[in-house]
Amino acid sequence: MSVKFSFTINGKSVEGDVEDRTLLVQYIREHLGLTGTHVGCDTTQCGCCTVHIDGIPMKSCTMLAVQADGCDVTTIEGLATDGELHPMQAAFRENHALQCGFCTPGMVMSAIGIVDRHKGEKLDEKTVRHELEGNICRCTGYHNIVKAVLAASEVMNK
Amino acid sequence: MYEFTYSKASSVDDATSQFGAAEEGKYMSGGMTLLPTLKQRLARPSNVIDLAQVPDMSGIEVTGDTVSIKAMTRHAAVNASADVQGAIPALAKLAGGIGDPMVRNRGTIGGSIANNDPAADYPGSVVGLGATIHTNKREIAADDFFLDLFETALEEGEIITKVTYPVPDRAGYMKFPNPASRYCIVGVMVSQKGSEIRVGVTGAGACAFRVPEMEAALASSFTPEAVADIKIPDGDLNSDIHASSEYRAHLVTVMAKRAVAEAIA
Repeated sequence: MSVKFSFTINGKSVEGDVEDRTLLVQYIREHLGLTGTHVGCDTTQCGCCTVHIDGIPMKSCTMLAVQADGCDVTTIEGLATDGELHPMQAAFRENHALQCGFCTPGMVMSAIGIVDRHKGEKLDEKTVRHELEGNICRCTGYHNIVKAVLAASEVMNK
Repeated sequence: MYEFTYSKASSVDDATSQFGAAEEGKYMSGGMTLLPTLKQRLARPSNVIDLAQVPDMSGIEVTGDTVSIKAMTRHAAVNASADVQGAIPALAKLAGGIGDPMVRNRGTIGGSIANNDPAADYPGSVVGLGATIHTNKREIAADDFFLDLFETALEEGEIITKVTYPVPDRAGYMKFPNPASRYCIVGVMVSQKGSEIRVGVTGAGACAFRVPEMEAALASSFTPEAVADIKIPDGDLNSDIHASSEYRAHLVTVMAKRAVAEAIA
């Protein structure tokens, strides 16, 4: 069986016609060729596949593509504007918040969610560490990731 | 995943009629348990019926005595609700401890309760606070709802529409989470409303259950010390790579103690 749907991804409209069981992450990577969104654990734990659905971070390995019907999807590729990095991406680069980089797209997407949830507040390290619990980095690079999120929150809250 | 046919339901009636017409139907709410189950090929529904588009299935209403949460309300919304935080802070805390932020942005209370995973948080709150489960057909009391492992009083095709919690005088929730999945190894919700005391345990057994011995002890003295020496038998408790049944039995006492301490803090 196949199912039709349409959504916006990184500002572009797409119309999908795929098997009902196609996962959103599979659709994003294999059908749209947007391979910045990664599949780490495939069990909703590691957070590498995090994308924004209507501005809210969700794990695209645990959603069907058709569940995004009518939504506005943003992936890591959609963050930069006019060649300029999103403040979160810039902060990750500035703070050397990655080693191998595999978890980075998911980290950036959920870190933006943390700043959004605490809009206007001064984020502290404890909150960031706690709310990054849905993202796993196996290079143990959390220290610089936390620094990057704190730095980006200053810029994003300006 | 095995193949299935996906469809959206436009109303509760539409959902039940699609369910009736399906060879083996399965409702999907947030999908946070259903999709991993399908991915592991542990279930093979012919039809997955998505409830996400059904109108008026999400929202929280707090009156003086009750907190009503519609079935499709996300965990993140329950956690962030100032009304829930004010009326039953332990429930807001429970919702904020499920999975991780991304899971809480999709998972729903109705889905969690209908699925009745032995390690899920919400069943502990239903039993520990004495909630009422509203469905498209009837109302079911907390003590009659959870029957066994993944088994509830819901009939084939019955849909949870709302969960109503009585606002307790005080309540506390403590869980010992699995460090990877954040599912409960043991979670305990303790509450007092007038002379009614409830101790609801999740994670430890086949499904959420009460501990009458602890409730009786708390009725005479609502203090952590009252439950400190009460051990529950480990014979029927869960045992897996994460924790033995003996360890879970021990954790029930420890979590109950801490939950009481939180309730009276």
